[in-house]
Amino acid sequence: MEDLLAARLQMAVSLGFHIIFACIGIAMPFLMAIAEYRWIKTGQQVYQDLAKAWSKGVAIFFATGAVSGTVLSFELGMLWPTFMEHAGPIFGMPFSWEGTAFFVEAIALGLFLYGWDKLRPWVHWWTGIVVGVSGVASGIFVVAANAWMNSPAGFDWVNGQAINIDPVAAMFNDAWFSQALHMTLAAFVATGFAVAGLHALLLLKNRKNLFHRKALKIALVVGGLAAILQPISGDYAAKGVAERQPAKLAAMEALFETSQPASLTIGGIPDVENREVDYDIEIPYLLSFLAHGDFNAKVTGLDQIPRKDWPPVLITHIAFQIMVGAGLLMMGVGGLYFYFLWRKKETIRKRWFLWLVGACMPLGFIAVEAGWTVTEVGRQPWIIYGIMKTKDALSPMPGLQYSFYMITGLYLLLSAIVVWLMYRQIITLSGRYASANTTED
Amino acid sequence: MLTNIVIFFLALSIVFYVLFAGADFGAGVLEYITGRRHRQVVADAIGPVWEANHVWLVLVVVILFMGFPSIYSAMSLYLHIPLLLMLVGIIFRGTAFTFMHYDAIKDQSSRVYDAVFKISSIITPLFLGMIVGAAMLGRINPEAESFSEAFISPWLNLFSLSVGLFCLVLFTFLAAVYMIGETDEEPERKAFIRAGKQLNMAAVVVGGGVFIAAEWNGLPLLALFGESPVSLGSLVVTTLLLPVLWISLQHSWVLWSRLLAGAQVVLILFAWFWVQHPVVINMGASDPPLTVYSAAAPPATMLQLVIALIVGAAIILPFLYYLMKTFKAGQFKQG
Ligand code: HDD
Ligand code: HEM
Ligand code: HEM
Repeated sequence: MEDLLAARLQMAVSLGFHIIFACIGIAMPFLMAIAEYRWIKTGQQVYQDLAKAWSKGVAIFFATGAVSGTVLSFELGMLWPTFMEHAGPIFGMPFSWEGTAFFVEAIALGLFLYGWDKLRPWVHWWTGIVVGVSGVASGIFVVAANAWMNSPAGFDWVNGQAINIDPVAAMFNDAWFSQALHMTLAAFVATGFAVAGLHALLLLKNRKNLFHRKALKIALVVGGLAAILQPISGDYAAKGVAERQPAKLAAMEALFETSQPASLTIGGIPDVENREVDYDIEIPYLLSFLAHGDFNAKVTGLDQIPRKDWPPVLITHIAFQIMVGAGLLMMGVGGLYFYFLWRKKETIRKRWFLWLVGACMPLGFIAVEAGWTVTEVGRQPWIIYGIMKTKDALSPMPGLQYSFYMITGLYLLLSAIVVWLMYRQIITLSGRYASANTTED
Repeated sequence: MLTNIVIFFLALSIVFYVLFAGADFGAGVLEYITGRRHRQVVADAIGPVWEANHVWLVLVVVILFMGFPSIYSAMSLYLHIPLLLMLVGIIFRGTAFTFMHYDAIKDQSSRVYDAVFKISSIITPLFLGMIVGAAMLGRINPEAESFSEAFISPWLNLFSLSVGLFCLVLFTFLAAVYMIGETDEEPERKAFIRAGKQLNMAAVVVGGGVFIAAEWNGLPLLALFGESPVSLGSLVVTTLLLPVLWISLQHSWVLWSRLLAGAQVVLILFAWFWVQHPVVINMGASDPPLTVYSAAAPPATMLQLVIALIVGAAIILPFLYYLMKTFKAGQFKQG
């Protein structure tokens, strides 16, 4: 395997692995906080059981997230030393704040996990909130760093050197807000639907189970709300991409020819050789509107981009379709739930609805992975957009594929173990919590 | 000025990582020595603070890549292999510890966690020390011709190995002394005290070995210490503390023993910092060494780093104290 490919794949595997745990670390503390809040307010044991049961899972996920994050902070240099040597002083600032966020998160998590008996209920509840807030903060910081790679700012590039470095301007680059907003929501969508889906499937076995009902409601309210907001923030993100990274937008939309007005291409398989898309559906005017807010706007196509600077069109386009498709589906399910809630219908007692939510279980995480593929693959061939090519940042060490095999093997193993541990948590639930055996009508 | 503040925080993070995470790794190695499974004691002792202990390493990395980017990139490029192996240790160690604790069913699987936990507790300190040794020795060579000259020989040599071993012994020593205060059982406490003494001896012997290995590999470490009275002084004080520590161990004075052991390790680190300063990586061949000053990022970056570190410290330290107080209060009273 070529070294460049190995390094890119290793990055993709490591980040794609880490992001799952990161999303859970961002959103789960809030789900637990809702449950604990209800326990303190109502005194119903089921809510404390729920918060405790979830926290066991969170501890397992958190440890995996922490080690994979630690690995990432080394990998950036081990694979892309040239990139880090130039970029470190420019985009390091969000990472330096992230350090504090990690500390606060780790300390608060220690208090939360081990403090059930040592802290007063409200103090304990607050430690959970602190875990969540610092999780959100660390996500925002690190995504700001990534946004800088897409939208470099805060330096002048002269003869292959960065001068006049301004880390504050780099951190608050043009893309940071839209990416951070979209990512934070994504964490709630993905975690909310995964948790809701799991409890929905467990409810199918016994639809009166109190424990799983309460769990499903909490997760679905959080996930559903976020899922309804997500396409709005996605549209905002896309408008930013259209302005700053026309090549990425063109690849996402598989737009080979610059058009005015431009039609939206839905689905289909881009044929890069012949510069056309097969088997797609086209909706006239819509892309102009989505990209620029005007039905007659001109949208830059790949024909305006030098061929050597094209991102991989096929991957970027398909990943984008998957994200949007999954996003619209989850928005629909979320909308349905709230509609029935408003009409005072108990949807969560219906078999079909439980099946529907269960089927959505992986969708949020699929959308997250697809979305990152859009962002990262769509930035190629640049590591710092318009400034440095990925191939020029690569470590000169030969044999990088062995690092890649090793990390991939390790993460596959860890994934299997985490799934197995979760399975063991679930099958022992009713033995550990009385409320997991209780039914309600 | 800014650079010096950053250097201070860098040194502080290394010291905290060694003191806290070091003892944590050491606790795994300790099981080979006492021949016991004090998993529960370890879990109770480090469970709540485990995550926080390990963030110090992340902080070291972030300070390096933001503040001293060429040091970070040179280390991660030329020491790719030992870093990767150290990371494997970190992955296994961190996950095995948590998985063991949170596995809902206790069965045969705990044997696997055990084995993984113990082995990875050795791997990480060993390679960490080897990386430090490689940075000191000066065989990192950008003009290297062959793969082994560029990516292997900088770290696979007697000196780096001896530093790795020293690191391992030191961490285990710390763990033994910490653990004395964590157990209520008399035989277990005795075992820890015995291990603490043995490891202390071992540290002296291996520490001497580091000097011999240095001469062997052509690094005049003795002469360097000779030129630096402060470093030499620190080593002398560490040695003088030995008998005091032994007396303290003999009487099971928990708090004193911990403080003394911690002080010894801090003094050793301090001696190392001082003898190196300002060099971080000695380069081979004709290249000048990478120093904290030659590698420092521009002032605008350093200013932001300093702000983040100071504000961060103001938030973290009280919070960390609260965590320690909540979970450690009982033990300190015993001592
Ligand atoms: C639950 C997850 C999820 C869902 C439902 C969506 N997205 Fe998304 N999207 C992400 C999760 C995500 C992400 C993984 O979080 C990304 C990757 C980088 C980022 O900032 O967010 C992303 C990136 C991303 C980008 C690229 C941003 C960039 O490169 O700067 C665009 C244009 C969109 N999304 C647009 C949308 C639209 C129009 C959606 C409509 C349904 C949508 N996303 C749903
Ligand atoms: C956790 C969410 C993320 C995911 C899933 C992700 C995904 C990916 C993928 C798929 C690639 C390979 C792209 C290709 O080469 O075709 C990649 C590359 C890369 N990513 Fe990300 N990314 C994430 C966040 C970040 C962040 C926050 C940073 C930096 C601060 C970052 C830095 C990089 C770098 C340096 C590369 C290699 C260079 C390149 O391919 O352009 N990523 N990532
Ligand atoms: C290049 C990219 C990245 C690096 C270097 C990185 C680094 C790290 C590190 C070192 C940790 C461990 C902290 C601890 O011990 O508590 C961590 C955990 C975490 N990271 Fe990342 N990270 C990256 C990408 C991301 C992204 C894209 C997100 C989210 C949007 C994210 C969110 C988190 C969160 C929430 C945690 C908390 C731990 C957990 O919940 O498992 N990280 N990361």
